[in-house]
Amino acid sequence: MTRDNNGIAATKGLAVTLDGVSFSYGEASFRFDVEFAAGRITAIMGPSGSGKSTLLNLVAGFESPNAGKVLIGGIDVDNAPPSARPVSMVFQENNLFAHLPVEGNVGLGRSPSLKLTADDHRAVAEALGRVGLAGKEKRLPRELSGGERQRVALARVLIRDRPVLLLDEPFASLGPALREDMLDLVAGIHAERQMTVLFVTHQPQDARRIGQRIAFVDEGRVAARGSAADFFDGAGPEAFRRYIGDRGGSVAG
Amino acid sequence: MQSTPRPDPRITAGIIALVAITLLIGGAFAGLILEGASGPSSAAAAFDSYLLRVARFTLWQALLSTLLSVLPAVFVGRALSRQTNFPGRRLILQLFTVPLALPAIVAALGVLALYGRAGYFAGILGTFGGGEWPGIYGLSGILVAHVFFNLPLATRLFLEALGTVPADQWRLASQLGMDARSAFRLIEWPALRTALPGVAGLVFMLCITSFTIVLTLGGGPAATTLEVAIYQALRFDFDPARAVTLTFLQILLTFVVVAMLTRLGANTVGDANLPVAPRRYLAASTTEAVLNAGLIVLALLFVAAPMAATVLAGLEADLGRLAGEDAVRRATLTSAGLSFLSALLCVMLSLSLIAARRAVALRRRAGGAMSLLEHAADTGAGFVLVVPPIVIGAGWFLALRNITDVFAIAPVMVVAVNAVMAMPFAIRAVRPAYDAASERHERLCLALGISGWNRLRLVDWPSLRRPLATGFAFAMALSLGDLGVIALFGSDSVQTLPYLLLARMGSYRTADAAGLALLLGLVCLMLVVAADWLGREAKA
Repeated sequence: MTRDNNGIAATKGLAVTLDGVSFSYGEASFRFDVEFAAGRITAIMGPSGSGKSTLLNLVAGFESPNAGKVLIGGIDVDNAPPSARPVSMVFQENNLFAHLPVEGNVGLGRSPSLKLTADDHRAVAEALGRVGLAGKEKRLPRELSGGERQRVALARVLIRDRPVLLLDEPFASLGPALREDMLDLVAGIHAERQMTVLFVTHQPQDARRIGQRIAFVDEGRVAARGSAADFFDGAGPEAFRRYIGDRGGSVAG
Repeated sequence: MQSTPRPDPRITAGIIALVAITLLIGGAFAGLILEGASGPSSAAAAFDSYLLRVARFTLWQALLSTLLSVLPAVFVGRALSRQTNFPGRRLILQLFTVPLALPAIVAALGVLALYGRAGYFAGILGTFGGGEWPGIYGLSGILVAHVFFNLPLATRLFLEALGTVPADQWRLASQLGMDARSAFRLIEWPALRTALPGVAGLVFMLCITSFTIVLTLGGGPAATTLEVAIYQALRFDFDPARAVTLTFLQILLTFVVVAMLTRLGANTVGDANLPVAPRRYLAASTTEAVLNAGLIVLALLFVAAPMAATVLAGLEADLGRLAGEDAVRRATLTSAGLSFLSALLCVMLSLSLIAARRAVALRRRAGGAMSLLEHAADTGAGFVLVVPPIVIGAGWFLALRNITDVFAIAPVMVVAVNAVMAMPFAIRAVRPAYDAASERHERLCLALGISGWNRLRLVDWPSLRRPLATGFAFAMALSLGDLGVIALFGSDSVQTLPYLLLARMGSYRTADAAGLALLLGLVCLMLVVAADWLGREAKA
């Protein structure tokens, strides 16, 4: 890990590997055997209930596999609690504590006891500036728009500075224009930090806009993988084409 | 390859709370069993005609109280649901929540101030009865007081049941031109019938374990229930063998009733929600409106009159002298201190159980059966409600009387038993908020590594302080007004306000008692209003 002169560390991405991971949740069972290349943005797509979020939860450590290993940067993280894994995650909602102001919510990324040094405060302010929320440090989450709330979550991702970023449909409830802004923000952060991004989305446009790779999850497995360009040029599997339907635009047919 | 679960402080806290509760209840049972085992013949000998008469009266008064509370409540509830524009409807419903907050001994005094031998109504009642009004002691007094408590409760529960009828059904009824009779038969009665077993069961349960009302309004061996008989056996006759037999009978009786209620699907914890009136599409005819209004006014008078009498009689007392009295001051301080500690303990135990239950449920998420711990945290608290405080008190009284001075441990007993008794209410106030907050924060806390003290300080406390305050205020009100445990353990050195009140009643210092009742009632009412307000704000 190297630190730049602003005090914010800059970390390269780490490869994420699920090695023979099996997991069951009630009736549903999942089996993942997949490696996500370091420093790339992979859009994870697939029907509802296919296991996209479960895959992210296994990487983040919210779920433990029944068998198999989760490796991040080649290291088995099975015994590490979520907070000790080199991972940040942004959820669709509830990324913020409603009773804490913006700077507190971001500051928790530095110290879980919220004891912040002057350096930490500077880093928080800088991260907020980077996501376009300068001057809104004292606001409460309810005083922010939906898009701004997700920006706060991204600011926390910046100061946590972990090599892997998991995005679980974080922009699903935003309008199209706002969503594009947010995607560009993610792409910008990725360009600076080169972290590994796993990005669950239902929107082909999202995947086309920032996705470098696509992983298609179907019935509890990673059914296909490839470059985004190939997938949207019709080289993807039949099931993927059926899943995205006509919305893919240039899908061959 | 399954990683071993990390120890969660919430689960540890839950286990400690469960052990503490088990110790309190188990210790009482151990005391009873040991006492019974030390003289099985004398315990059996206590099984005499007196005991059977007491048992029969316990059931009889509970049955009558239930009938007299629940049947009118069906119609009052229906009337209130029909007359959504009745003047002061909201106020009436709020007034109907007051008995829930009022200590039983205060209500008993209110009933006496009204219908007693020297009550406000004695003159009129005497004229009607021809001759002098004998007062309302005995079965009639018990029934009036029980109906005072339970008619409003049942009414609100029925109103809530009627509130579950979808608005579309009412729209349909008005479109089809249903009259009041068919609307009752086809729409209202099915909703009421579903609620009926639960409501009746709850009221029966409350009446069968009612102690203070029977102690203060019942009279002589003809009108004594098992709980009062336990108290008398321990405090007056000092007949431990009889106390043991009575207690086992009481446990058996409650157990049978609870088992029956559970089969009926009754909810054994009363709810204090204020139902909102939905828009109605069916206008009541004039005759019906008049009948409804009459019914509502009658119920209102019945419920409001003892409260008014409490206030009037209380104001007649020499409040200034009372306030200056040393005994009153000491009792007030003792009451305040004990109920504060009791509420604190109650909230801590409840929160531990709620958090542990949630933590275990989260851990189980990936599938698998409910563990014993989760079951215990889930239903254990509800079970507490069916073990009457007198039973726990009696058990410990018997267990400790050979070891130590039972009156010296009064504070400990009062705090512990009242805390546990208030738990079902505190849990109801806190658990939904806790579970909702956990739903929002659990993964975030895990991801950011916020746990233990940091989590309590930064995350849980800010989102739970209001529901916790609600639970606290409610527990404090319950503890403040309780006469059950202190009646057994109280003495000249440890007196709470209700105990002092009982003593003043016993020595016929009625004015003093009325003054104290006013003070106690007001404090409890303020606490419950605060609890309600805090709970409402928390939801907003």
